[in-house]
Amino acid sequence: MKKENNNVIEANALTKRFGNVTAVNQITFSVNEGEIFGFLGPNGAGKTTTIRMLTGLLAPDSGDAFIDGVNVKRNPIKAKMKMGVIPEMGNVYVDLNAQQNIILAGRFYGLPMKELKKRANSLLEQFELYDRKDDPVRTFSKGMKQRVNIASAIAHNPEVLFLDEPMSGLDVQSQRLIRDIINQMNQKGTTIFLTTHNIEEANQLCARVAIINKGKIVVIDRPERLRRTFETTQSVEISFDKCIDDSLIGKGNIVNRVERLGDKWKLYTNNPDKLVKYLAKFAEDKDLTIVSMEICRASLEDAFVKFTESKSYDD
Amino acid sequence: MTIRDINGQFFRGVMVTTEKNIRIYYTKAPVLIFGLLFPLFMFLSFYLGREVNLHSFFPGLLAMSLFFTASSVGPLITPWEKQAGTYERLLSFPVSINTIILGDIAAGMIFGIIINMVVLIVGLIFFDYNINILFLFFGILLASFCFSSLGVLLASPSVRSPSHIMMFSSLIRFPLIFISGIFIALENLQGSARVLAYFSPITYLVDIFNFSFKGECHISPIIDFTALSIFSVIFISLSNRFHKRNLIKGL
Ligand SMILES: Nc1ncnc2c1ncn2[C@@H]1O[C@H](COP(=O)(O)OP(=O)(O)OP(=O)(O)O)[C@@H](O)[C@H]1O
Ligand SMILES: [Mg+2]
Repeated sequence: MKKENNNVIEANALTKRFGNVTAVNQITFSVNEGEIFGFLGPNGAGKTTTIRMLTGLLAPDSGDAFIDGVNVKRNPIKAKMKMGVIPEMGNVYVDLNAQQNIILAGRFYGLPMKELKKRANSLLEQFELYDRKDDPVRTFSKGMKQRVNIASAIAHNPEVLFLDEPMSGLDVQSQRLIRDIINQMNQKGTTIFLTTHNIEEANQLCARVAIINKGKIVVIDRPERLRRTFETTQSVEISFDKCIDDSLIGKGNIVNRVERLGDKWKLYTNNPDKLVKYLAKFAEDKDLTIVSMEICRASLEDAFVKFTESKSYDD
Repeated sequence: MTIRDINGQFFRGVMVTTEKNIRIYYTKAPVLIFGLLFPLFMFLSFYLGREVNLHSFFPGLLAMSLFFTASSVGPLITPWEKQAGTYERLLSFPVSINTIILGDIAAGMIFGIIINMVVLIVGLIFFDYNINILFLFFGILLASFCFSSLGVLLASPSVRSPSHIMMFSSLIRFPLIFISGIFIALENLQGSARVLAYFSPITYLVDIFNFSFKGECHISPIIDFTALSIFSVIFISLSNRFHKRNLIKGL
């Protein structure tokens, strides 16, 4: 139970299997006090399963999780007292109003009623919900529900906040509000763990990001460094009316790699914009008609291929 | 955290869970239909158009009503929360599965007691009984706890839709009222029907009520209370096991 470092979250070889699917496979990482840590991965990567093990909802098949030095498996109530959890779906009581939801949550942590009422009102104002505080949550929009969801999870001022895809399905405005709140919480010293499948989101918020795929952590790094790797996975897909030789299509220095997909070419590049202009000129010079052309920005899946293929990443 | 903190946290969790249940689930349609209308219709179909001596049947009917009301809240809560997604949120609070089970039991128990206080008072206005208050009081308390535990146990199958669970729970609860000495007194039951009656927890409450209203019983109050306690322990431990096992399927 002793803590020798300032790791607020520690995962130690966490593993969870469902039948013969290994949802989370030997995951080990730690998050420092006051850090915003992102878990980035595609659908089914094991993000939610990891959060559930860290927050004591799901017992791991093997491995341990520690919150602020407390073993989650052995001492779940004590560990849960330290954290706030925002699950993946809008999990609020729609029969209650916004204020009642926040107060209900706070009471589980033993906060006195008077203090809770004050806290609920200040949260409602901060989340721009004060005008609607007496309406049942069932009448709220998705974004408003998510704000109630977050407000309820932080009523007791947790030391650690877990958010499972907090922005998915929300509009830009709601996203910004939630991002601001996460940053404010963090500035006050809350350690934050969030999952996302959106690279930009991770980039804007996180100090460090772990990329997870098929239950395994592929890499943990600062987002800018990951981004640079992502950039080399952008591509342009093009097809012409006539068949042309592979070697003809620019092996110039802006194309990193050429892949042939049926009658299409997939050209990997760091600079898709420049490549498009080059291809237009190429078609004109060679008297070809461009049948289709599409820019593919960095996709997570491409990046995984990249990360799992290149073993020399940790330069 | 000391043992005392942990106990304090446990009781607080049970209390807050109970309060949440009362606020949200008492007015849900399935609770009102299966908890209030059902026993009422059962009573009417038993009573109307027949020459029934209500004075002697009232204790049994009160037991039936307590059974239906107390066991109607439990089956609804967990499936409802699983479907709404609030179950995961609830589990992320500093509670254990036992906190939630006890909070659900308490909600069903309180529902049963409140409704049947009304039924009891109406009964006492119409009929003249020489009541043994102590046995009546503890009988209602223990039986509502026991029946509500059965209700919570019935909520444990991992079915997403609350209506499936309500159907399933009626399938289990309905037959019980016919083998419990309510409509046919226990002493008139023969052979296997008599044996079957001993497997229904309601039988023992009917006996307690017969004793506290009319001073007559066919088993014995001590055995009745013991049996209801044993049923409660069985229901709660099975609930604990099944709710734990099906927890992940409901997230
Ligand atoms: N309760 C369950 N029963 C069986 N399999 C499960 C269960 N929960 C998750 N899985 C499986 O575990 C794997 C990881 O799922 P998980 O929900 O953790 O992914 P995720 O990264 O959160 O995905 P998403 O982005 O879609 O939310 C998936 O293959 C999923 O099918
Ligand atoms: Mg998920």
